[in-house]
Amino acid sequence: MGVAITGMGIISAIGHSVEENKTSLLASKTGIGDLRHIQTNHSQAIKVGEVSLSNAELTRQLQLPEVHNYTRTGLLGLLAATAALENANIPDCSTYRTGFISSTTVGGMDMTEKYIKQFDKDITAQKYIATHHAGDSTRKIADALRIHGLVTTISTACSSAANAIMLGTRLIKAGKLDRVVVGGTDALSKFTINGFKTLMIQSDSLCAPFDAHRNGLNLGEAAAYLVLESDAVVQKEKKEVLAYLSGYGNANDAFHQTASSENGEGAFLAMQKALKTAKLNPNQIDYIIAHGTATTNNDLSESRALERIFDKQIPDFSSTKSLTGHTLAAAGVVEAVFSILALQEQYIFPNLNFKTPMPETGLKPITSGVKKEIQHVLSNSFGFGGNCSTLIFSKA
Amino acid sequence: MKKVYIHSAVTISAQDTFDSDGFLNEIKGLSGKTVAARYPNYKDYITPANLRRMAEGVKMGVSAASKALKDAEITQPDAIITGTGMGCIDDTEKFLNAIISNDEQFLTPTAFIQSTHNTVGAQIALGLKCKAYNNTYSQAALSFEWALMDAQLLLQQEEAENVLVGGYEELGKEIISYRRMMEDADGLGIQVPYSEGASFFVVSSEKTEHSVELIDMEVYSSISTESIQDSLKQFLTKNDVDLSEIDVFISGRNGDVFDSYYDLTAELFENITQLHYKHLSGEFYTASPFGLWAAYEILYRQEIPEAMIFKGEIKSDNHIILLYNQFKGRDHSFILLKR
Amino acid sequence: MADLRQELKEKIIEQLNLEEFTVADIADDDALFGDGLGLDSIDALELIVMMDKDYGIQLTDPKEGKEIFKSIAVLADYITDNRAK
Repeated sequence: MGVAITGMGIISAIGHSVEENKTSLLASKTGIGDLRHIQTNHSQAIKVGEVSLSNAELTRQLQLPEVHNYTRTGLLGLLAATAALENANIPDCSTYRTGFISSTTVGGMDMTEKYIKQFDKDITAQKYIATHHAGDSTRKIADALRIHGLVTTISTACSSAANAIMLGTRLIKAGKLDRVVVGGTDALSKFTINGFKTLMIQSDSLCAPFDAHRNGLNLGEAAAYLVLESDAVVQKEKKEVLAYLSGYGNANDAFHQTASSENGEGAFLAMQKALKTAKLNPNQIDYIIAHGTATTNNDLSESRALERIFDKQIPDFSSTKSLTGHTLAAAGVVEAVFSILALQEQYIFPNLNFKTPMPETGLKPITSGVKKEIQHVLSNSFGFGGNCSTLIFSKA
Repeated sequence: MKKVYIHSAVTISAQDTFDSDGFLNEIKGLSGKTVAARYPNYKDYITPANLRRMAEGVKMGVSAASKALKDAEITQPDAIITGTGMGCIDDTEKFLNAIISNDEQFLTPTAFIQSTHNTVGAQIALGLKCKAYNNTYSQAALSFEWALMDAQLLLQQEEAENVLVGGYEELGKEIISYRRMMEDADGLGIQVPYSEGASFFVVSSEKTEHSVELIDMEVYSSISTESIQDSLKQFLTKNDVDLSEIDVFISGRNGDVFDSYYDLTAELFENITQLHYKHLSGEFYTASPFGLWAAYEILYRQEIPEAMIFKGEIKSDNHIILLYNQFKGRDHSFILLKR
Repeated sequence: MADLRQELKEKIIEQLNLEEFTVADIADDDALFGDGLGLDSIDALELIVMMDKDYGIQLTDPKEGKEIFKSIAVLADYITDNRAK
């Protein structure tokens, strides 16, 4: 059946809790809009999925002291990870062997880019010298949750959180952990906004995944975590299981540093492996939350891979990036939370802004939310460097 | 559960460890705030078309990976796993400085593309056309150890037979100078230069004539000085290894106040050969695999370099080595090797 | 025109770190992408920025670059016809 998921927490552009995210998803309400928290020359030329809370508001909500050196990545992560443990009804992480596996691409870049030119003299800025590296937010969150053993960060670009979930699952299956909090966090930064601008794959309007006239992605920010527990703990503690992580696959496209191959080989292999670990046939998948970034390259490549795996009988699919934006490292776990919500609500979430099928495939995503009997959801996450990962979630 | 064996070990470091057939015979004394690695002739490993976009860390990583595969006679690994604490910091700084100095105008993509942490893993996969499992860890001084743990898990669970695993770090320019500044402002800071390097290994579930067994490893995000001895004892008990069976203890001493962790651990042993290496490699988040490389060579060659002696004497017949590393009292790792 | 072609060759070698090439190695009609100089999609993005920065020519769609970056000769002609600086 897979590994039990007993808790989840999320903060994204469409809500600061699982409940708020669910409400937005069911109402097809997008969180993509104008940039507010970052000063950049490009603010008029892009749309983003930004978390509405400022760092000061996050600090207050988390009851942290006013002076601290959490980056925004750390603040978002702490909020979501704390919520996940609460949701799993775990007040104390010392009872069982508990791990924490997070992921991020930018790490503490949101502070580094603000303060790097003040690091030499400004004492108030210097506290952010040590917060740049990817492991900093992870360590702070783990310390706050009192998790002291297996703590790590995965950074494989936009597939990071999917790989974090996968590692946690493998550690539980191998009996090396009883419990593990898995997920990821990424804050918006000037660095990534400008980076994606140089690649000319950032849309100036609302992104339209899988549309013939799609013209790029909207960046977003988010943090989300799942709590995974071994069957023994679930039985002993009589835990309510939200869903099961039943399949996972990781492969490399080995085609190009940033672009995906034309036939979606890496994506194909990741999905194939995930189906194999889940012991499922392609026709048992009821819903796919696609990577669907709305770039010309990704959506065509992913469509080709879907055609190859599902042999033209492609299940209902949609990209929720039209609601949240592309949250980079966090995307895999944001969409994991949405997969679990889809299983709980027996509901397919819409792919917004889609009008015309792309001529190469003619594929049509689900464009308005709909009730459906769902047993298994497949979720894709692909990143720079050819890193492709697929997860399969099954109904509890 | 399958056992885990190291088939090859390669390191590019501040010492002559990559091109030389010797084993730390000629030592370069390290001094100053930062010391660059001794770079190999990259053109022997990477085509000019690929080299042109690569920063030092990527070049070192891809070259070391290539040699590790060659030494182990593996052409296609079943997984490629890397670890890096700061990632591709050179291109990160380059792109960030371009944003700042050009006021977000006329920016080009190359530095941004090459700045992601998984660039080395990706470039190795691209070069080999290797579509297998590919992952990258970034957890400060445990970045490499997590890559190795992932490899161990894949091999033990029979999800792979041969795994390429490595760690890399490049100095960069700006953030390292500020890290050094903060370190020097602290009177009890590290007493070795910051440095850089790349270490790669092929680990396998198959035993060969030349292989060294990775008995087990363990990592801890935090341990107090009060419980470090118990943690080590528990780790050894779990693996049925008695304290007296360990021949050599290699620690990640760097001269800072947290060396007390190593002193406490060493107290558990009587007459053990104590080695250290950060005076040779310098300190960086993935310096610990330099220690692993040295341990592999010691067991393989049955030879201990003078320069590594911290305490005790060189004995013959060394079979079991314990490695222990931590940084600033965090990110502790034990690795146990046998031949 | 010959000056512009020479200038473009120097710029491309420098901007794209083509260390193994000299100006003399690049003929005016050599293909810049694919089999010729071996440039790829990332280089195309680099060249788009160079066009904007040095010649005031803005390309909004990377696909436009395909024709324009065919060879040094084609590129030089396009710049001559469209340059704003």
